[in-house]
Amino acid sequence: MNASAPRKRSERAILELTALYAQYGYREFRMSKFEEYDFYAEYRNFLQAENILTFHDPSGKLLALKPDITLSIVRSVKEGAPLPQRLCYSETVYRAAGDAHSFREIPQVGLEYIGDIGLYATCEVLSLAQDSLAALSRDFIMDVSHVGLAAGLLAETGLPMHTQAALSSCIRAKNAHELAALCRENSVNPTLAEKLVRLSSLYGPSDAVLQEVRTLDVNEATHAAIGELTSLCETLSHAGCGSVNLDFSLLNDLSYYNGVIFQGFLPDLHACVLSGGRYDSLLRKMHKPGGAIGFAVNVGLLDGLGTPPEAYDTDVLLLLDADTDAAEALAQARKLTAEGKRVCVRQAEDGAVRALKTLHISAPKTMGQKG
Amino acid sequence: MQDWISVALPKGRLGEKAYDLFERIGFGCPAIREDNRKLIFENEAAHVRYFWAKPSDVAIYVERGAADVGVAGKDILLEYAPEVYELCDLAMGKCRMMVAGCPGALRDSGRALRVATKFPHIASAYFAAQSRDIDIIKLNGSIEIAPLLGLSDVIVDIVETGTTLKENGLTPLETVVPISARFIANKVSYKFKNARVREMQERLAALIARE
Repeated sequence: MNASAPRKRSERAILELTALYAQYGYREFRMSKFEEYDFYAEYRNFLQAENILTFHDPSGKLLALKPDITLSIVRSVKEGAPLPQRLCYSETVYRAAGDAHSFREIPQVGLEYIGDIGLYATCEVLSLAQDSLAALSRDFIMDVSHVGLAAGLLAETGLPMHTQAALSSCIRAKNAHELAALCRENSVNPTLAEKLVRLSSLYGPSDAVLQEVRTLDVNEATHAAIGELTSLCETLSHAGCGSVNLDFSLLNDLSYYNGVIFQGFLPDLHACVLSGGRYDSLLRKMHKPGGAIGFAVNVGLLDGLGTPPEAYDTDVLLLLDADTDAAEALAQARKLTAEGKRVCVRQAEDGAVRALKTLHISAPKTMGQKG
Repeated sequence: MQDWISVALPKGRLGEKAYDLFERIGFGCPAIREDNRKLIFENEAAHVRYFWAKPSDVAIYVERGAADVGVAGKDILLEYAPEVYELCDLAMGKCRMMVAGCPGALRDSGRALRVATKFPHIASAYFAAQSRDIDIIKLNGSIEIAPLLGLSDVIVDIVETGTTLKENGLTPLETVVPISARFIANKVSYKFKNARVREMQERLAALIARE
């Protein structure tokens, strides 16, 4: 490994991904660690994190450690700013750990495309999501869904919101048997119920699944969603992008996303490493024109994969005797580091270091060299 | 090459019955029948690996991907709400999650109902849906003695035949939810090993439909 390359996978990923986004003209967005708590309270529905870590500043104002970047990015886009805005970030967010009794720092890299979201913009973001996954691993899967399909089918049932929510959680769990039972209990039209069940179990490469997706069309919302998905998949495939899988159990908070949503997975990582989608409603809530689409990569997860242990702690081990000339040793170390080598300087009697090459600098002028 | 599939089974009678199903759909692993203390069994030819886990831990193994698929009771899935796919109702290990106590224990006594249970999440959700104020007492076993000793007014627990309840002078009062064993899958394994997981799901569903 090159001596200057970061050791942690997350750090390497941050460098690679931000360089990738810069190629497409995404400007880096920087934000402070804190925001005022009121800001998050107002947009609570748009936060994926439930718990926010708060504290008081010296003047007594309530601040929050940022749980999310997207809100701040969207807010930062000034009125009258030229659209589209392409922004990317590499920041740390603070969220409750699994047990909710403690907090974790999560390094995130991501991008947001804000403006008129047409077919090109959506495809650019989707292909950048794919490229991001490809940069992290040779093997990956990207799942794409469209909120409109499930939302349209659920609306068609005409059931109260809490029953629709129960149906959604069955769809999320691909739980066909309970979905069917719930539809029967609530006297959902059998044809519609059958479509909901099929929606939950559909999964596979877009070219194989799209045909069947078309049979799920019941109203305007589903029609628009199917149309959009079809043109997205065709555009990506004509542009030579990798294939995506369609998965309609991918059903994030329906109040946040309003169009295409997607997630990325790596084989050895049993969590979703990338997630994103279209979120026009946040812009509406902030009284801003246009729409937005973006994604975040949870690069911190990569460190869980670990790195193969390196064969050597250093490239060159400089061993000094008790009376070795300090200037001689330092000069030698500077020369080697200038050549790009990693150097470890030790007293000859110190503990073992695994080095590619060992130089023994003995006093005062002779210099031994060992392979 | 065919992907390896790891299956987490709940230790005990339910797990053994579940294994019978897997064997009948062509995912057998003869080593598992040998009487020994091993916990992990592999069938090199079929690329399938089984291991025994504490029933309440199966969902954790599957959620975290240590197992690709597994068999877990609906009680565990409702209580811990793991992020897994629930692919099939195995129609075995059938029982009910019930509220039980002395007759009349659910009558409004003007104070919070004290509920002893191993399933605080399920119990809270059930009574919250009735807007009933309750005080949850989380226990880990022998729930039936809680009302007898005055620790709680009622219990929320799994009832199979009702014999234990009856022997302790308790009556089933209300059904919370019917329970049975479910075939669950890790969400990422479902994607990367889709063909194999689906093959298992479809064969299991077909077998259960036949019976």
